[in-house]
Amino acid sequence: MSSRSSDSAKAAKADAAAAAKVARDDAGHDPMRPSDHVDGTPQTEAAGGPRLGPVGWLRFAWRQLTSMRTAIVLLLMLALAAVPGSLVPQRSSDPNGVIAVRDANPDLVWLYDALQLHDVYTSPWFSAITILLLVSLVGCVIPRMRHHWAAMRARPPKTPARLSRLVGFQTVPGDASDVDRAEGVLRRLGYRTERYGDSVSAERGYLRETGNLIFHASIVVIVVAIVAGSGFGFQSQRLVVEGEGFSLSGASLDTLNTGQWVSADDLPGFGIHLDELDVVYETENVDAIGQPLDFTAFVQVTEDGDTHPGQIRINEPLRVQGSDLYLISNGYAPQITVTNADGTVVFDEIVPFLAQDNEMTSLGVIKLPDGLAEQVGLQGFFYPSAAQLDTGAYASYYPDLLNPLLSLQVYTGDLGLDDGVPQSVYQLDTEDMEQVAGRDSAEPALLIGPGETVDLPDGLGTISFEGIRRYAVIDVHRDVTQGWVLGGAIALVAGLLASLLIPRRRLWVKATEQGLELAGLARGEDPRLEGAVDDLARRLRGDDADDLPPKHRWGRATEPGRAADDDPK
Amino acid sequence: MPDVSWDSYSLLAVYSSMAVYAIAFIAFAFDVARRRDPAEVRERELVAAGGGTTTTATETPTRGPRRNLAKVGFALTVLAWVLHVAGTVMRGIAAGRVPWANMYEFALTSIAIIVGIFVFAQLWRDLRFLGVYITGLATVFLGVATVNFYVSPTPLPPALQSYWLVIHVFVAALGTGFFALGSGLSILQLIRSRASGLAYVDRLPGASALEDLSYRVSVMGFIFWTFTLIAGAVWAEHAWGRYWGWDTKEVWTFVIWVVYAGYIHARATRGWRGTRSAWLQLIGFAAILFNFTIVNVYFKGLHTYSGLPE
Ligand code: HEM
Repeated sequence: MSSRSSDSAKAAKADAAAAAKVARDDAGHDPMRPSDHVDGTPQTEAAGGPRLGPVGWLRFAWRQLTSMRTAIVLLLMLALAAVPGSLVPQRSSDPNGVIAVRDANPDLVWLYDALQLHDVYTSPWFSAITILLLVSLVGCVIPRMRHHWAAMRARPPKTPARLSRLVGFQTVPGDASDVDRAEGVLRRLGYRTERYGDSVSAERGYLRETGNLIFHASIVVIVVAIVAGSGFGFQSQRLVVEGEGFSLSGASLDTLNTGQWVSADDLPGFGIHLDELDVVYETENVDAIGQPLDFTAFVQVTEDGDTHPGQIRINEPLRVQGSDLYLISNGYAPQITVTNADGTVVFDEIVPFLAQDNEMTSLGVIKLPDGLAEQVGLQGFFYPSAAQLDTGAYASYYPDLLNPLLSLQVYTGDLGLDDGVPQSVYQLDTEDMEQVAGRDSAEPALLIGPGETVDLPDGLGTISFEGIRRYAVIDVHRDVTQGWVLGGAIALVAGLLASLLIPRRRLWVKATEQGLELAGLARGEDPRLEGAVDDLARRLRGDDADDLPPKHRWGRATEPGRAADDDPK
Repeated sequence: MPDVSWDSYSLLAVYSSMAVYAIAFIAFAFDVARRRDPAEVRERELVAAGGGTTTTATETPTRGPRRNLAKVGFALTVLAWVLHVAGTVMRGIAAGRVPWANMYEFALTSIAIIVGIFVFAQLWRDLRFLGVYITGLATVFLGVATVNFYVSPTPLPPALQSYWLVIHVFVAALGTGFFALGSGLSILQLIRSRASGLAYVDRLPGASALEDLSYRVSVMGFIFWTFTLIAGAVWAEHAWGRYWGWDTKEVWTFVIWVVYAGYIHARATRGWRGTRSAWLQLIGFAAILFNFTIVNVYFKGLHTYSGLPE
């Protein structure tokens, strides 16, 4: 080991070894840290030996799983695994995007499905990483909690034999009779102290570890609460036109997703009636004319036979019986009637059109399977403020109703409703149909203003645009564990702050012939340790009244040293 | 109400600050490129011969007349920053609200915070050796922001009309500022642990001192980022009816958070401290830049508030 070296070098080495031993005894052997933590106890190599039985292997595997190294790798894997979900549209957040991507890349559909790229965050591979991380976390934190519980009630450790190689070592005048005074000063500074002969050993910052454990435990609480919440909650949506309403039952909702442990019968029994959807648009700022400024849905809530008014605004959901109601989107719904050649009304409905752009150019479909000479489908646009372009086509130039106009293409043939395949009411399957009015036919598209009636082609009948209403898509859902998630998040931040900002350190004062020796030892990051020792020295010398704040230490040029065995390389 | 003249004053101030940042950058760059002067070499040799125990970790950046260029650079940086902040405040006046509601404004504010943290960090440590990085970053990003992201002030869409805009976005900018400073320190750490011979590099604090500094700054960033994540979830719950929906922006905020959690662990793990953890901090910061530029402009999601035409 040791090469031929000078005596002084030998002495230095011996010193360093002693310091390393002190550091390991007091900080190195930190039972609260996994073995590969920089302050942890390095694992002896025996672990991988051939003599391991099954139990030994299990223990070995468990130790690997709960090591810091594994935690890092799993964290990085989690980060990486989350990325594809932002590149490929997800069913949960962007179902239309999913359809579009699949239509555009038919050759890749199998790959998307094989890798579950449209459901990344519920896929087995994403869940596997999360679960491994949680197991690792729990396996890491529980033993640390046990140790910390013991450490909090233990006394500060014995004073090391040599303080001279520890951080901030210095000697101030004094003798054994001053040790009492030193202990008092340390206590006033918030240290827990213990006397060992002519020395006092002090430790502070237990809250740092407490904070760290709370932080990690909160992660578990949050994840468990999220999982439980999805099982006990429900989520539903309903498109509702002004003047209409719906009740919270499966039959009356457009979509309903209930958690594993909830059935449709458990839905709260209230009803919502939309009186009016009020939309305010910007009218003055030339750069933002027509930008929506405010949406307010004025509703009537019916519960337990009683009706009362309510309001839903963006950022201000309405809470009814523990469920929250949100405005998700809005649009226009023209009221349309169709009369057949005999003058009989065969269709009289308010038809929601879906907005396609910021000016609320809206796309809609009307299906007329019965009552006319043949099946008829209409598809086209509603322009709230129509203007004709140079090309002859129309466009909307403003989202409010300044010049409403309907432009419809007409198809005849088979609507395909009898195939048994469910169809979207917003899509017209024109495969088995022929266009009889519109761009691809001899007749122009039907142009109808409010209150107007026009003839359908081929003497099929007439169509009227009776009026226009707004609709709102309202989301109703209940998340019973939301409060737990929030509580977990608050605990997480509190734990994080304690864990990253409270220094944990030990200080020693020892009476020797030279005077009072002082030194400190950091446990974890502690950039101000040296300052703390200096501060203590000043207080003990008495040239600094106890209640004066420590000397301003900004702009220190030198770095306080770290514990001796802490070489980064 | 938007006020056009305030916006043009704002732009004027922003352009001027950009010019001054550029000059500050040049001053810092000359400081970096300057060769070691003979007095310094002698001083170093003496230290090496006499001390022997001096570790790089306790070296200090040399002060004195030799640092004049850095001083000039720093003074110019402060001047540019004052102009920049004035421009940002005037933009807020022009829009009649906080100046961070679209990409251009967020860029203005967060770059001001990055530089502000660098300037005020000076009270804590002499970090002028980072000047070349910070002023370079500020010049380039302000340039990109004014040329590519500029939109005239518009009122807030309903989803953004919330006090959470004030909190969530500002804290995100603060977090970004600390991470940015940390990234500069980590880059220098990597350079320091590899290269030497360049006067500038040899004048830097030691690699492990740089690592400690970077860690402390990044940890502040992490605290703010954690808060951003949570505040964002609370706001999403109010505005969209769910606190978490794996929207693209949420995904990236989460990815950044997890990478930095990995970084913090790496710092505390034998075998990961040092070069590897520095790389993790840089990966985290790269993800932040990616989130702000590419994700904002090209990815589809609910957070499409760049204000840019599609
Ligand atoms: C979901 C996964 C995890 C996340 C997000 C996470 C996050 C963090 C963060 C942010 C810190 C720094 C703040 C603090 O000290 O409280 C930290 C520290 C720490 N974590 Fe984790 N952690 C995770 C899992 C784990 C696991 C599995 C282990 C055990 C192997 C672990 C062990 C530690 C230790 C020992 C520290 C203290 C580091 C130090 O001394 O500076 N963590 N963790």
